[in-house]
Amino acid sequence: MAPLATAPRESQPFVREGPRPKLAVWKFASCDGCQLTLLDCEAELLAVAGEIDIAYFLEASSATIGGPYDVSLVEGSISTAHDAKRIREIRGVSGKLVVIGACATAGGIQALRNFAGEGGGPDASAYAALVYAYPEALEAMPEPSSTPVSEHVFVDFELRGCPIDKHQLLEVVSATLAGRKPQIPAYSVCLECKRSGTVCVMVAGGQPCLGPATQAGCGALCPSFSRACYGCFGPMEAPNMAALGERFAELGVDVEGWLRALRTYNAYAGPFRMEAASVERHRS
Amino acid sequence: MSNATVPDRRAPGGRRRIDVEALARVEGEGALHVRIDGNTLEHVALRIYEPPRLFEGFLRGRHYTEPPDITARICGICPVAYQMAACHALEAACGVTVDGQLRELRRLLYCGEWIESHALHVYMLHAPDFLGYPSGIHLAQDHRSTVERGLRMKKLGNDVMIVLGGREIHPINVRLGGFYRLPREKDLRALREPLERGRDDALATVKWVAGFDFPDVEVERVFVSLSHPDEYPLNEGRLVSSRGLDVPVSAFEDHVREEHVPHSTALHATVDGEPYMVGPLARYALNFDRLSPLAQEAARDAGLGPVVRNPFKSIVVRAVETLYAFDEAIRIIDQYEPPERAYLEVPPRAGRGHACTEAPRGTLYHRYTINDEGSVLDARIVPPTAQTQSVIEQDVRDVVEAHLDAPHDQLQHLCEQAVRNHDPCISCATHFLKLEVERR
Repeated sequence: MAPLATAPRESQPFVREGPRPKLAVWKFASCDGCQLTLLDCEAELLAVAGEIDIAYFLEASSATIGGPYDVSLVEGSISTAHDAKRIREIRGVSGKLVVIGACATAGGIQALRNFAGEGGGPDASAYAALVYAYPEALEAMPEPSSTPVSEHVFVDFELRGCPIDKHQLLEVVSATLAGRKPQIPAYSVCLECKRSGTVCVMVAGGQPCLGPATQAGCGALCPSFSRACYGCFGPMEAPNMAALGERFAELGVDVEGWLRALRTYNAYAGPFRMEAASVERHRS
Repeated sequence: MSNATVPDRRAPGGRRRIDVEALARVEGEGALHVRIDGNTLEHVALRIYEPPRLFEGFLRGRHYTEPPDITARICGICPVAYQMAACHALEAACGVTVDGQLRELRRLLYCGEWIESHALHVYMLHAPDFLGYPSGIHLAQDHRSTVERGLRMKKLGNDVMIVLGGREIHPINVRLGGFYRLPREKDLRALREPLERGRDDALATVKWVAGFDFPDVEVERVFVSLSHPDEYPLNEGRLVSSRGLDVPVSAFEDHVREEHVPHSTALHATVDGEPYMVGPLARYALNFDRLSPLAQEAARDAGLGPVVRNPFKSIVVRAVETLYAFDEAIRIIDQYEPPERAYLEVPPRAGRGHACTEAPRGTLYHRYTINDEGSVLDARIVPPTAQTQSVIEQDVRDVVEAHLDAPHDQLQHLCEQAVRNHDPCISCATHFLKLEVERR
């Protein structure tokens, strides 16, 4: 599928007639990296901007156009009561709501606090006290948990990655505006490695690799740099976590190491979360 | 500058209250609150309400090899700054020094981030202020080839990060001791010609922004940055200030105090009791003679002295630094000979390590304590925007006091610009600004 910028006009119903579709970009708790991905489409950016109205994108523009919006892209996790209310308002003014990145799809790295207090570690308020002298004075005092957008409102599509891949982003925006299903594979990183002819870092290199359980999309980037996958695109559809855990153990990774591997950027995503919980149950 | 005349929003009884919803083109979420009573400026507060993510909390108990990747997630605009600071601090804790070609490659990666971040700020976030457009995309409607030049430079910065780091946001090839895999020589060489063209674009950028219309402002601020005898600072140096401070980075916390102010989820910093600023103006003033000859010449041709005290001219200094980063990247590629190994072993040992590096927005400090098994016992991170926040508020105060009679829209625009002059990264300092000006 050609990206939006170069797609023939006839095949894109949204550019045929009438006003250009309106796109909004919203931010919640995050690092800004996924919305930066839109600005990183340097070659395509001005062409995209010609086809759609970037109606609300505060990081890039002080001009804002009121809703409703045809498509809203949402970055970041929901981690305060105020943000839980704001995401419901945004859903209300958005035709399609597409969430982008590990924070919006799985709570992000900041969801590590969801597990605070487990295993004798500090709890969430203790975290805040480590960082702030007057945590009680925080206006945006975080809720005890950082949660994906889908726990709060209906989501039309979840684009994975920490950060997202810009080609996947262009595909999702093009497809959503055209009213078709985005062609985003749900299989594992392993397939991407095989397809690109990258030597297996686990079988041949003996490195504990999350690739067999991680959704593709990055182009099997880490293995192409002789590094084991660390799961930044989150779990693939129906991964065999227990089998991978056994493999990690055979490669000398202890239980703590396996838990750490599961608990990084997509710690709160179902399969990673449940495997970690199961490991902790068996340990205690 | 916006010259638009707007209706006077004085409320009955001579009180003025102005509420503005959003300050855009910064990285992160916050608010600026300005209260004016008659002809007196009562209160300025940069409110940061980006939800806290509590990195220093959950770094405890992690393995010492993880902070470079974990802390990169603090900021999608400057992940390399976090990766470098974390690596250097942890290597210091373990008593390992990375030098030679690996050090040069780290510097090259950092040049990529400077180019990407500075080009983004100059063209997409800051230049629209001077030319009266709401965004770089709107600017492109009238000045397409100019904006394309900026995007071209930005892309080159990203290309450097892709060759060295695997991807431009949260690179995956950085590890303690060096890299997972050395860059392929042919990929490095292939960057050279485009970087040369990028350097021409950077030179043209300095000339372009030097021609903008700047408010006539000179302010005395305490500057803080790294300083290194042989090079413009990126990864290494001593912590110096315009007040004569000159200490190793391990003494950072002896001089810098961070206070949590109630109106913000970021922390405010002082150096030896005084508010101070980090970033391009500070770095430039404290290290001018270590810029490349080309960058120094471009600065002089742009009418800059060796110290720039007009915060609005930070865009010119940023352009000069971008030119330097291109020059430096080309130098590194030209002298490059592959080292024997992609990384040095960094075995864990109990200890504490400190590091400062120069993020595009200024000095970034990391400190870690680890045990013999390599568990992180304690972590502290001081991002650049938190250090500069007091000065940003002072700049806003100065702008408001000098323009108390200005029409609402003009004053608002000046306040926003005073903030954007510093390229604040509120994601780092925790994160979109709402601007509220209240007049009574």
